[in-house]
Amino acid sequence: MSNRYIYVPRRQVIRGLLATAAFGATSKLWTGCSSSPTDTASTSGTSGASPDAGKPITIGFIYNAPKADYGWNQAHAVGAAAIASMPGIKIIEQESVPETKEVQEVMRNMIDQDGATVVIATSFGYFDPHVLEVAKAYPDVQFLHCGTLWKEGLAKNIGSFFALVDEGQYLAGRIAAQASKGGKIGFVGAKPINPVLRNINSFMLGARSVKPDIKMQVIFTGDWSLPVKEADATNSLADQGFDVIAVHVDSPKVVIETAEKRGLLSSGFHSDQSALAPKGYLTGTVYNWGTIYKNYVELFKAGKTLINGGVKPQYIGGIAEDYIGLATFGPAVTEPIKKDVEAAKAKLVDGSAVVYKGAIKDNAGAVKIPAGKTYKVTAPELTKMDWLAEGVSGKTS
Amino acid sequence: MAAEALGWWGVPLGILAGTLRGSAPFLFVSLGECLTEKSGKINLGLEGTLLTGAMSAYAISYLASDKWGIPTSVSPWLGVLVAGCAGMILGFIHAWLSQQPKVNDIAVGIAMIIFGSGIAFYFGKAFIQPKAPQLPTIDLGNWSAMPAVQSALKISPLFIFGVLLAPLMAWFFKSTRWGLFVRAVGDSPDAALAMGVSIKRVRMLCIIAGSFLAGIGGACLSLYYPGLWSESISSGQGLMAVALVIFARWNPVQCLWASLFFGGAQAIGPALQSVGVDQGRYLFNAMPYILTLLIMIITCSPKKTLSGAPGALGTING
Repeated sequence: MSNRYIYVPRRQVIRGLLATAAFGATSKLWTGCSSSPTDTASTSGTSGASPDAGKPITIGFIYNAPKADYGWNQAHAVGAAAIASMPGIKIIEQESVPETKEVQEVMRNMIDQDGATVVIATSFGYFDPHVLEVAKAYPDVQFLHCGTLWKEGLAKNIGSFFALVDEGQYLAGRIAAQASKGGKIGFVGAKPINPVLRNINSFMLGARSVKPDIKMQVIFTGDWSLPVKEADATNSLADQGFDVIAVHVDSPKVVIETAEKRGLLSSGFHSDQSALAPKGYLTGTVYNWGTIYKNYVELFKAGKTLINGGVKPQYIGGIAEDYIGLATFGPAVTEPIKKDVEAAKAKLVDGSAVVYKGAIKDNAGAVKIPAGKTYKVTAPELTKMDWLAEGVSGKTS
Repeated sequence: MAAEALGWWGVPLGILAGTLRGSAPFLFVSLGECLTEKSGKINLGLEGTLLTGAMSAYAISYLASDKWGIPTSVSPWLGVLVAGCAGMILGFIHAWLSQQPKVNDIAVGIAMIIFGSGIAFYFGKAFIQPKAPQLPTIDLGNWSAMPAVQSALKISPLFIFGVLLAPLMAWFFKSTRWGLFVRAVGDSPDAALAMGVSIKRVRMLCIIAGSFLAGIGGACLSLYYPGLWSESISSGQGLMAVALVIFARWNPVQCLWASLFFGGAQAIGPALQSVGVDQGRYLFNAMPYILTLLIMIITCSPKKTLSGAPGALGTING
């Protein structure tokens, strides 16, 4: 092969590549996620989020997937958009950040390059060790993590917030039971872990509170995002005559669309999917992260921070706090159903009804919550739930 | 509206439906890889090509109908074509790089996986949310009153195209002059050179054509089943399809069987769970891999090497 006219010696190529890489690494060419670099000196102030000198508070959001996924991340992005328009607030966002060392790099860049004084890490796996480590290095920056992992004794600049979906799924279950003709509900879940099991059980408890003989079949696909398996699971449930499909995976888009194609009713999760299934969509629990974010922003603007103790380290709530809500009702949700749900919701909000009220049995018949005992959604016992409620067909292992 | 319960009949039906719906991407990628490997090069990058194909098909189908005013009966097909062309571009890069002196095609392939998926994710951000018009289906199940059967027999024309392509490709290798060139280049480049065939040109064309097919495989994912664009849409199917070619002993017709088998095996887990078999869920979900291992063990022999492997496969051009 001697007919090569341009000959570049290999050493020269390697040298060139190394030089480019070194230049890139030192100048951090790729970290330009904000349009105008803010003065980084603001992070060295004593109180990071104080609104002194009229500087906007820069809040950095980190998502683990694209933010338009009709799922968890979209719910957060909607919340972020809600505060972006507030005066004195500047938000920066970065999508598809894996739960590895990379998130630490992203947090550092947001702080050093963009002058973020508040970092909101929206994915479960960002917390330990990544948020914990970076928080140590930047004691003036506030780190807010979405989850229930906060505990006493952590650095003062770490806080967490979370919304509990049990009440929303309970209401969605009530709607599903009333809209279902066959009384068979299918559920496509990712993995048999606590948050998914709570979702399934509260949905089932809601459904059974209307129709005590209703049946549910769960299919676990095995991971958070497996579009082909999710479609297969929905189709298999349709073949078996299940007429309502509920879901808990990262992005419910496949399940909702497949259910719509098969002419089934569907109940979504995370964010509002009503546009995907104009005929069959019932409703679904949506996160109102905007409520929480607005709450934070108002505290920050008043000069309160996690560090000076003005902001509580942990905010956890449910439907009463408006941390969650129900998505737009589809056409199959008739007026009587709407009325029933409004009434049930009012009871949950004022506390006269609760989702977990004994006696509750698991699907093998063992009593898991004894008669007369009630658990609020914030009860720590519920985070240990590892069973499926009566009437649900499926196994947790 | 809802079907009457099928009970245990739902399991074979679910597997059949999974075979008809889920095997098209495997089929196209494995046929493309078969053509590439027959010419003596390996293209691991087809996983990236599959993703790029899926993204570009979905994006073009959406843009064409929503922004450019092209009717929804045409726009998905335009998407399929563009997916193929996007695949060809990636194929060209791979073919060009992997034929440089002392370049290892497996290393280039891995780089191409990363490049292809990176391109797809970068340009695909805007298309995760919108809904693109889907490819039409051929409904073979209208004789049945059961919606489950009707839905199972909604077959994509692309799948039929792929099924026809497999024997066609086998005939091409066996009976045409061009097929002989491809085999010669793959089996014994020296002999091909002596015949007066340009090794580079044949490999270049084979890799580009193979990547075209893989791009179309991507279009099957995003425009037929499951019918959307998401970053996890391929979940490794491209890589599995590359392995499938070895499993099929570099024979296009066996690629077809192997693809059908993998497509069907994917559906076993969900189908069994839907009738209430919850025990051994993990085992059923791992079914495709376990079956592959079993077949590999059964068919392997210590006495001979893999039959059908192109002779020049895995050699580095000097």
